[in-house]
Amino acid sequence: MSTTDETLAGRPLRESDADAWTNHESAERSRFDPDSSGSAIALSEGVAGTMRRVGRALATKPVTLASLAIFGLIVLCAVAAPLLSPHDPLEQNIFESLKGPSADYLLGTDYYGRDILSRLLYGAQTSLWIGFIATLGAMVIGTMIGLVAGYYGGKLDLVIMQAMDVLLAFPALILGLIIVAMLGPSLTNLIIAIGLGAVPTFARVARAPTLAAREREYVLACRALGYSDTRIMFLHILPNIMTDVLVMGSLWLATAIRVEASLAFIGLGVKPPAPSWGGMIREGFENILDSTWLVLWPSLAILLVVFTLNLIGDSLRDVVDPKLRGEA
Amino acid sequence: MYAFIAKRLLSAAVTLFAVLTLIFVLVRIVPGDPAQVILGDQASAEAIAQLRERLGLDQPIIVQYGAFLANLVTGDFGNSLVTGAPVLREVLAVLPYTLELAGAALLIGSIIGIPLGVWAALRRNRATDYWVRILTLTGLSFPAFTSGILLLLIFSIQLQWFPVISNQGSGFADHIRGLALPAINLGIIMAAFIARVARSSMLDVLSQDYVRTAMAKGVSTRAVIYRHALRNALIPIVTVIGLYFGVQIGNSVLTEIVFNRPGLGKLIVGALNQRDYTMLQGLIVIYAFIVVIVNLVTDLTYGLIDPRVQYS
Repeated sequence: MSTTDETLAGRPLRESDADAWTNHESAERSRFDPDSSGSAIALSEGVAGTMRRVGRALATKPVTLASLAIFGLIVLCAVAAPLLSPHDPLEQNIFESLKGPSADYLLGTDYYGRDILSRLLYGAQTSLWIGFIATLGAMVIGTMIGLVAGYYGGKLDLVIMQAMDVLLAFPALILGLIIVAMLGPSLTNLIIAIGLGAVPTFARVARAPTLAAREREYVLACRALGYSDTRIMFLHILPNIMTDVLVMGSLWLATAIRVEASLAFIGLGVKPPAPSWGGMIREGFENILDSTWLVLWPSLAILLVVFTLNLIGDSLRDVVDPKLRGEA
Repeated sequence: MYAFIAKRLLSAAVTLFAVLTLIFVLVRIVPGDPAQVILGDQASAEAIAQLRERLGLDQPIIVQYGAFLANLVTGDFGNSLVTGAPVLREVLAVLPYTLELAGAALLIGSIIGIPLGVWAALRRNRATDYWVRILTLTGLSFPAFTSGILLLLIFSIQLQWFPVISNQGSGFADHIRGLALPAINLGIIMAAFIARVARSSMLDVLSQDYVRTAMAKGVSTRAVIYRHALRNALIPIVTVIGLYFGVQIGNSVLTEIVFNRPGLGKLIVGALNQRDYTMLQGLIVIYAFIVVIVNLVTDLTYGLIDPRVQYS
């Protein structure tokens, strides 16, 4: 970036200069754009500009729009479960045991005569809530770890990444299995168990670009201005690596939901009779020979959510980093 | 090169040591007295004290830690609390089943995945590519137990081509019939993954200058693809298969449960249900050990098959 070098040499640095370079893409664009001459404008274009660009690119893809719409609808169904459910998800009715789909029970009933549709809707709450919170927690903690490791480098980096390697030695499902088995299957423990497995992934995703950013002019400029390390990391580097983190976040949300369902299938989900999709499949699997639908509906639900999330994450990645197109 | 191997070995050893320590700590932060948990609420005080002594829980924590590491080094993983047999022997008894399943899945995954990914890359942004991407994404979206149940429903229950319970019968044909569905289940998920990696890797190679040069020289498309592009495209695939190993382990646990097949997965779930803590601890150690070794081997092979990789 020649302009940066000239400015560094030519005149004393101001706070706003560093801010303008924080997002190198928009800073680069603003050089060719006569309208955005002020650095304050360049800053406001920074994160928001990237988000707008991503939004615009996503909006032109019909498949992405459709998956966003479907996922939004599923979230809406989960949130509005108390309003939409035709029955109490826990209400047992021995006379209606294992009934096929009917007007009263649209998707049929399970072994205890409970309405499958209502249990599916409430189960969506469980799956999405655990998935969201576990992913969000892992994203925040992992990104912070990666930022610190990448920014300070040296021995600290070595120790942190070695610790992440230790966590990575446990397959996500096995790690979840150990933690839930040890601590007991509660909502909080499930979130910890699933989130912990994702922390190293986010640390890695955040660390690599931070390592690169450390040597860039805008960070050097911030240093020259005497900014604190915390300020540089969180106000200047973080916005630049945020898109990478968010892409990983959307993909991990899909994984988190899949792991939650898998744990529930093994018998380590939320405690019955609370509904969860994996738990419904577990119960249905016992009666698989006479009532296929018990297994089919929750399976389709999981598949739909994970598939749309993967599709969204995939398109997001294509937009953010075309180089990685289609890489799994 | 040797320096790199030494460094990588050291790192793996440190990781393994830390993993063992973590497992030791995890097992001991369980709320409540393990002996009490194992024996249940009805147990007498003497019985609990006896079990505590047998498990070495009456020793100072640092002595327990030392004994834990020393035992592991000598291959002593303790005895199962349920059957009383050595953990390692129980593990070794079912390990061939898990390895056989993993191997068959890898084979199926590669046979389907690599050509599919290469095909999609060659027809980039055309209908074929589009469908392959949708198909592989669907494959990756299936939790292994869901796809397993669907296969079971269709091929074992409806069509009755395969046994519902895997691993019944003694002959070779029965053996293969029992292995088929679980291996296909793991294999198609793996194929989806491999196809996506193969596609992006192939796209990357096809955009390189040397491929363009070969094309410009008038080398036939077929020769360019097979002799020049594919070979180099395979390199990242090998690495990624190694990195995917952890997911594969989780999937194999689920597959073994669905198809009621002996293996490490059934062992760990059985240990969970019966609160067999020594078995659980031993299995976790073995899983972590396998993952660390596979990662190490993957890193080292990467250097062997790609001479461009600089060891520093």
